[in-house]
Amino acid sequence: MNAILSLIAVIGLALIAYIGVNAAGLQFFFGIVVPYAAMALFLLGVISRVVKWGRTPVPFRIPTTCGQQQTLPWIKQAKFDNPSTGGGVIMRMILEVFLFRSLFSNTKFELKEGPKVAYSSAKWLWLGGLAFHWTFFVVLVRHLRLFTSPVPGFLNGIEALDGFLQVGIPGVLISGVVLLAAATYLFLRRVFIPNVRYISLAADYFPLFLIMSVALTGILMRYFVRADIVSIKRLTMGLVSFSPSIPEGLSVIFYIHLFLVSTLFAYIPFSKIMHLGGVFLSPTRNLANNSRMVRHINPWNYPVEVHTYQEYEDEFRDKMKNAGIPVEKE
Amino acid sequence: MAKTPKPDELSKINYTPPQKAWMDNPAELKEGNWCYGAKAKNLETLHFPNPRDWRVQDEDWKLPENWQEIILKGMKERLDKYRSFRVFMDICVRCGACADKCHFFIGSGDPKNMPVLRAELLRSVYRGNFTTAGKILGKIAGARPLTLAVLKEWWYYFFQCTECRRCSVFCPYGIDTAEITMMGRELLNLLGLNTDWISGPAANCYMKGNHLGLEPHTIVGNLEYMLDDIETVTGIKIKPTFNRKGAEILFVTPSGDLFADPGTYTCMGYLMLFHELGLDYTWSTYASEGGNFGFFTTNELAKRLNSKIYNEAKRLGVKWILGGECGHMWRVLNQYMDTWNGPADFLEVPKSPITGTVFENTRSTKMVHIAEFTADLIKNKKLKLDPKRNDNLKVTFHDSCNTARGMGIFEEPRYIINNVCNNFYEMDELTTREKTFCCGSGSGLNAGENMEIRMRGGLPRANAVKDVAEKYGVNMLANICAIDRAVLTASMDYWVPGVKVTGVHELVANALIMKGEKERTTDLRGEPLPGTEGQE
Repeated sequence: MNAILSLIAVIGLALIAYIGVNAAGLQFFFGIVVPYAAMALFLLGVISRVVKWGRTPVPFRIPTTCGQQQTLPWIKQAKFDNPSTGGGVIMRMILEVFLFRSLFSNTKFELKEGPKVAYSSAKWLWLGGLAFHWTFFVVLVRHLRLFTSPVPGFLNGIEALDGFLQVGIPGVLISGVVLLAAATYLFLRRVFIPNVRYISLAADYFPLFLIMSVALTGILMRYFVRADIVSIKRLTMGLVSFSPSIPEGLSVIFYIHLFLVSTLFAYIPFSKIMHLGGVFLSPTRNLANNSRMVRHINPWNYPVEVHTYQEYEDEFRDKMKNAGIPVEKE
Repeated sequence: MAKTPKPDELSKINYTPPQKAWMDNPAELKEGNWCYGAKAKNLETLHFPNPRDWRVQDEDWKLPENWQEIILKGMKERLDKYRSFRVFMDICVRCGACADKCHFFIGSGDPKNMPVLRAELLRSVYRGNFTTAGKILGKIAGARPLTLAVLKEWWYYFFQCTECRRCSVFCPYGIDTAEITMMGRELLNLLGLNTDWISGPAANCYMKGNHLGLEPHTIVGNLEYMLDDIETVTGIKIKPTFNRKGAEILFVTPSGDLFADPGTYTCMGYLMLFHELGLDYTWSTYASEGGNFGFFTTNELAKRLNSKIYNEAKRLGVKWILGGECGHMWRVLNQYMDTWNGPADFLEVPKSPITGTVFENTRSTKMVHIAEFTADLIKNKKLKLDPKRNDNLKVTFHDSCNTARGMGIFEEPRYIINNVCNNFYEMDELTTREKTFCCGSGSGLNAGENMEIRMRGGLPRANAVKDVAEKYGVNMLANICAIDRAVLTASMDYWVPGVKVTGVHELVANALIMKGEKERTTDLRGEPLPGTEGQE
């Protein structure tokens, strides 16, 4: 149900762009107003969200320790999985953000006769997730060529790597294809693993469909319904230099692609995609386990009501004396 | 009290989620899965809101009129005070990596025991009240209103989480269900909705210094029983001191060690070790609890209970503090104590009087874990040990959740065990160290009336023990946690009969050759030592 609703929403978005451009002639709106508005929402939204997180205090030092602590000098510390220094934390974060280290250690279990609970390694989610995020990133970076003139050399390098298969004309860029495949995998596991289906919200399917539709329209434009790349670049350069105009020769599929991308960007601050910023602020990952070495300060620490020793002794003085326990007041 | 089903019955578990969406499926509060409600008198002692006697099975939980307002206000306050809470409400992508990491899910198949869904119980209300999308789109955005059914569902499932943090190891963003459960319990406590198994010990601890409510003379008496037993086994008479000013070290351990088997054997182990070292230390009857059931209630109560340790150290004028074997106690000491009640600038950086080792890793908190202390002694060859005395044991080691994932003390206890025992076997590595499974009864769930869910939650740990019991003949499960010692005993009896439970320092004391001891014929439990069976 959640999946169907999301799919309908994404198809609806594509239709809006199609009708808006083809029937209503709203090229200016879809080519200029929407991208600017989306970008503004994206930037303001992300910044305000991150600022809100950043302003919320971290009262306690609560890293999840995933290895040996720093202790006696002859015991080897797990410096990245249980860091006690800033450098260790940075390494832990790098491994987490770039390689999804926690997901890499994923396991699955099976209940057998006996009962016997058996565990085994489960790497598909890690692989699918990694493929999805990295190809998404590469695709994003590749698109920078539309916003730069002259195109910096490293972009050509990335594109050359991306097209290493050297098949087809134009050459197949592996990233877009893998992105679509990985997103499809993430969707299918949501549908076919019963417990994952059970927890999935519309907010889980919608961004997946949106990204799939972006990738699909992109692939269509590159290989099947050729878009006029020169006109597109004229539009994007106009946008990025704040002198926008609508050039001739932009096809409707491009407008659909652009509208879907704009929706995605505008949606990010209000969605779970914010995990891209949140992971950096997660207190179980970005803090060193050094709270016995350095006092962590809680900015809102306040005095509390305690039961003092004097009150305790007043209640139990006789019993303490009879048991030979020293007291403050005889 | 509900009758607990037999193991073969309990292990028929259905993992297929129901057809109906979870929001349309209100929780059914099944007996055997919950603990009795907090009694008025305990909440009054703690000065907590809405003290009254109430019954979980009753429709009416006697809530204040404006309970929704109280909860939402409390939620707003906590969202502004805890970055963990706010970020964890926002960033979950529901990838499901955590889903089968929870011992309660593995043992029950209840989808609301998947960490992600446990968090969604709270997140759904967060979305409905604190996010734009949730306010406008409602259910489509995963939002729902805060109804009485939702509140009861919270209560049921937030007291069905042991805050063990195993899920947070596997989460790609480190989302920690313990944080969410802790916030959930804080909110519930605003309405006087605690369990009595938690608020009772917390009230005891507040007034009497320890969870069990042992009064000062009882503590002395309990230790005297142990001293008699030690004398019977070793011929040595030990005289510990209590509340002694000017001692070098204050020793704090969970009160469970003073009360019941097999924790008392661990306690005897401490007493024997300290005596043999001639350690200048004292017990305290005021700070007679290392554990902290306040931690399972609210941050504020945890701080109130914890304050006794530093206050007592200051009053007695000790130099540093040594802490016994306990799980959540060490999460609190490692990650909270100094922040709450520090700085402990009246203490000195701990230095072992025996080896001269300075515990640099404790230079601010000034509190050393006894496994660190003893490992250092053994490394420096300060103990005479005869591991053969433990040859009747085939030992495995259970990493306690809190010391594993809230501290990372893995090698110290293993080093000790390997020096005091000849037969040590590790369990499946996917169930130890940071991936260790909870005993099933942590965070104040070790009551009697919820035995079914305890045994369900205990299944993964017990099953890994069963595996090494069958492979290597393991018959002793060692650990460094007082709750473990109590509850794993029940869980072993239920799932792996024949396997006993021990603290690490019981094993140390058995192997420890003490000056002037008589020839030992039994271990601390009165069982014949290996090689002496049949001699009398």
